[in-house]
Amino acid sequence: MKKKVYKIETNRLIAADTYELVLSGEGPVGGEFVHLEIPPYFLRRPFSVCDTSESGLTLLYKTVGQGTRTLAALPKGTSMNVLTGLGKGFSADACQTSALLVGGGLGAAPLYLLAKKLHKQGKHITAVLGFNKADEIVLRKEFEALCDKVAITTLDGSVGIKGFVTDALQAMMLNYDFFYTCGPMVMMKAVCGVLSGPGEASLEERMGCGAGFCYGCTIQTTRGPRRVCKDGPVFKKEEIVW
Amino acid sequence: MVKDLSVQLGGLRLNNPVIPASGTFGFGLELAEDMDLNVLGGISLKGTTREARYGNPVPRIADCTSGMINSVGLQNPGIDVLVNEKVPALRKIYNGAIIANISGFSVEEYRENCAKADACEGIDLIEVNVSCPNVHGGGLAFGTSAQSAAQVTAAVKEVCHNKPVFIKLSPNVTDIVEIARACEDAGADGLTLVNTFLAMRIDMVRRKPVLANTLGGFSGPAIFPIALRMVYQVAHACHIPIMGCGGVSSARDVVEMMMAGATAVQVGAENLRNPFACPEIIEELPSVMEELHIDSLKDIIACI
Repeated sequence: MKKKVYKIETNRLIAADTYELVLSGEGPVGGEFVHLEIPPYFLRRPFSVCDTSESGLTLLYKTVGQGTRTLAALPKGTSMNVLTGLGKGFSADACQTSALLVGGGLGAAPLYLLAKKLHKQGKHITAVLGFNKADEIVLRKEFEALCDKVAITTLDGSVGIKGFVTDALQAMMLNYDFFYTCGPMVMMKAVCGVLSGPGEASLEERMGCGAGFCYGCTIQTTRGPRRVCKDGPVFKKEEIVW
Repeated sequence: MVKDLSVQLGGLRLNNPVIPASGTFGFGLELAEDMDLNVLGGISLKGTTREARYGNPVPRIADCTSGMINSVGLQNPGIDVLVNEKVPALRKIYNGAIIANISGFSVEEYRENCAKADACEGIDLIEVNVSCPNVHGGGLAFGTSAQSAAQVTAAVKEVCHNKPVFIKLSPNVTDIVEIARACEDAGADGLTLVNTFLAMRIDMVRRKPVLANTLGGFSGPAIFPIALRMVYQVAHACHIPIMGCGGVSSARDVVEMMMAGATAVQVGAENLRNPFACPEIIEELPSVMEELHIDSLKDIIACI
């Protein structure tokens, strides 16, 4: 864990209620998520890392509450106090040759960082990304550049397969030895129910410290209590109590 | 001139008065890789009960203006793991004061847990939590009447022969001075005040409480003036040392809390938004002392 100060490079609307935040200044980050201080709010807000670069990192977020709405109004050049190097991410090495990535909404963001790792390791990647409607779709081109196959689903059928990601998963000929999923809990539960074989899911919980010492985000798992921020947010399929 | 930050607390010498509060710093070990723990005057460990506890369901955390609410509910591995594993592991890497924070669901449980803590070599001071708002039938139930707080104090003092015993009090009472006096009369070596304020938030979209437990304990800068007032009142009514706690977020707050009557000062919620809050406050103290013409922090304790 490191406390760093980054500057906002860009903070722009890229899809419905969805922003891309590019931070630069103190180099790339490790870890699965960062904890952003957003004045005047007391607690930091956790965001999955979508991408890293030599100078910084990229986050995607949706304006769902006061904190993210305040964040969306911050202009280029604003200094951000960021805790970096947090959380245990997806285990790219668990995949032998072929990976299946299943994202729901902004769950696609941390899967993109994973896809880059898997691609670098020379692994075959299939991505199934679900959204509510066409104007919410993010990262499609970016995934297409790294994956053998990308399937998009929308609930209203405006783009790709109509329905949930699980509808696509059941309709597709899938070839994978390990799957990774991130999205709403109800979606990940359905995905883990439909998919056979080993896999991992990235969970979300209201956090206090984000670094494993306040025990504010502890969930029950099949292996006992685990902190989402420190022992996760990524857990093995068989560890999760839905 | 070199500033003297050291204080004497219940017979212990602390290098400085800054102590992360129980529940906001785990068992110290969680942060060992991120900072030099040895700069801390002491560490108050996570509240511990006889049996291991998962605590309350999530969400356990709610953000607020100038503070936060928690309803963790005393998640802990149990007293045996504390004394046999956590404390020995921390003692290996930490030279400052290790404070065991002890909870219970009956007077007998408090007594048993404290006896084990008293016998544990690595522990320097025992802080008895009669003020946790997040468990039913325990904690706060003992801290809201002078009679039951005194009963717990007397019971644990019977079995603690080696370590000073501080009682951690709740602010959720009509008259904290009456309870503080009762603990002093029952033999307490010191007091920690205050624990969190019972509070809640509502998710207006879902029309449900934010916390799964509905209620939790509020802490953060918003409570500082109230905690300060309580420390001041108790310091003027009792003769035993006080660890001041509640909303402390800067070196200036530490000095103010000590002027009100605290011998040592605990930092709580601030650690959650800035894990480096305690080392930063300690680093800032000498310049604040210089500005306020203080050579030794011992000189300002209860100076008003």
